[in-house]
Amino acid sequence: MNASLAQTETSGSLRSNTMPRMRIFRAYALEAKYESLRMLRAPAFAGPFLLLPVSLYLLFAVLLFGDQMGKDAQGALFTFTGFSILGVMGPGMFGFGITVAMEREQGLLKLKRVWPMPAAASLIAKMMMAMLFVAIVMATMVAAAPFAHLRLSAGQLLNVSLVNVVGALPFCALGFLVGALSSGKAAPAFVNLLYLPMIYLSGILFPLPKSMYWAALVSPAYHLDQLGLASMGVPSIGSPAVHVLVLMGVTLGFAMLALHRIRHVG
Amino acid sequence: MRVGGKLVLVMNNSCLAELSGVTKRFGNTVALDHLDLDVERGELLAVLGPNGAGKTTAISLLLGLQRPDSGSVRLLGQQPGSMEPRRQVGVMMQEAALAPELRVREQIDLVASYYPDPLKPSEAMEITGTAPLQRRLYGKLSAGQKRQVQFALAIVGRPRLLFLDEPTVGLDLQSREIVWATLRRLVGEGCSIVLTTHYLEEAEALADRVAVLARGRMIATGTVSEMRALVVRKRIACRTRLNTADVSGWPDVQTVTRDQQGMHITASNTENVVRLLLAADENLQDLEVQRAGLAEAFTELTQENA
Repeated sequence: MNASLAQTETSGSLRSNTMPRMRIFRAYALEAKYESLRMLRAPAFAGPFLLLPVSLYLLFAVLLFGDQMGKDAQGALFTFTGFSILGVMGPGMFGFGITVAMEREQGLLKLKRVWPMPAAASLIAKMMMAMLFVAIVMATMVAAAPFAHLRLSAGQLLNVSLVNVVGALPFCALGFLVGALSSGKAAPAFVNLLYLPMIYLSGILFPLPKSMYWAALVSPAYHLDQLGLASMGVPSIGSPAVHVLVLMGVTLGFAMLALHRIRHVG
Repeated sequence: MRVGGKLVLVMNNSCLAELSGVTKRFGNTVALDHLDLDVERGELLAVLGPNGAGKTTAISLLLGLQRPDSGSVRLLGQQPGSMEPRRQVGVMMQEAALAPELRVREQIDLVASYYPDPLKPSEAMEITGTAPLQRRLYGKLSAGQKRQVQFALAIVGRPRLLFLDEPTVGLDLQSREIVWATLRRLVGEGCSIVLTTHYLEEAEALADRVAVLARGRMIATGTVSEMRALVVRKRIACRTRLNTADVSGWPDVQTVTRDQQGMHITASNTENVVRLLLAADENLQDLEVQRAGLAEAFTELTQENA
């Protein structure tokens, strides 16, 4: 093995320490690839978050209430979008929350600060991973939809899928903040404390009593659900622009809080 | 500019990393107390010290993971933590856990992608003896194999300056030999290495210079020979009919013990003691005189400063 091991004057002129743009792009791409690969290889993560939404959708919309779905087109639509949002929430909240907490606790985050990793590579990789998982979830939901008497055009399905894939980002930011605040062992419990109430209180699966509407309004799941409906051109509540603003606010606000915490506390 | 009592005009061209008059506190605990430490080009510097001496804090400051309360820190002529010096530094930490779901080759491929002109992953694996592990998941490796992979990650970027924290803990003899040979090769090519280790024979075998820290202060620095010379005592072993009580009363004798191998004496002036031994016992056998090793020097220095 004759490769020179060190950057030294003795092995020729000192090598440039500037990174060509293509190498920086490659570093981002590899980080995203390996982050997705590691989560796909983690059965405790990939199994539940890829299979649970479509399994529950098939259970409720086909096996238990299939006949009613055939008679109630709006019910079929809401069931589809509701379980889709369930599939959007998990990868971001758990993927970010638990991995960031573990990386902090086990010293990998420290190592990443020492390595010359491009500044945002790790965050972007985790976001790409969450969006990839949501894309897979949406593909399984779209494949299951005809069995649940859902009558939507290809364009409508594509629109709601795209909205939901990008809609993973606010949940990534929520998970990121939990990961920045909690230990590796506590992170799953803290994420569940947000995840489970949000499923019920956002009204995505069950209608809420009027007295609880306020809870839906503060939940990013509700806003993403309504935005998905609007993207398909079907009736929705509220202005799509407001939903977008709320989701962007949640994403930027929680991400900035998490970054602040990590920079100052580690 | 005067920092911590030390005049710093321009960073010496041969100095790759420098702590100047650095103080760092954690609450009421002073981790580093006006510490001066520099790493010269092409040297292997072993930083030794008992637990809590400030070794890890010193390395963390040089790597930009922490900031000093006072004093200055320079890494490759720049502020530690900025991207330019990080591209010239390799690091192997003790506690970092890598992603268990990635294969060894994937880990090395990923870290290599951060550097401007890295080794090929296959070269890094060949050099570090990790090629047979390349398809294995990191989480399935033994503790020693994980250290080997971490060493491969430390060198894959072709560093000018390498920080190694206890690199051979948990390694078998063959793997340790590979690490030592690679470190010697790196130093031969002009790479500077900062090594913290509890294995004094490792420092003795590899280091060009040793820095001993205790309670956040530098208590001694120099070559291994210079460090040994700080400890004036030497050891004498022999078979003799003399009894220990008599010998322990002689001038220059510090301790005397006897076991099945014979009598063991530590003395500050061995030449005088040997003359007395030969005069007192004409049948004296198996006489050996040994210099103190780095271990004795380290023990004596740190005890003095405890």
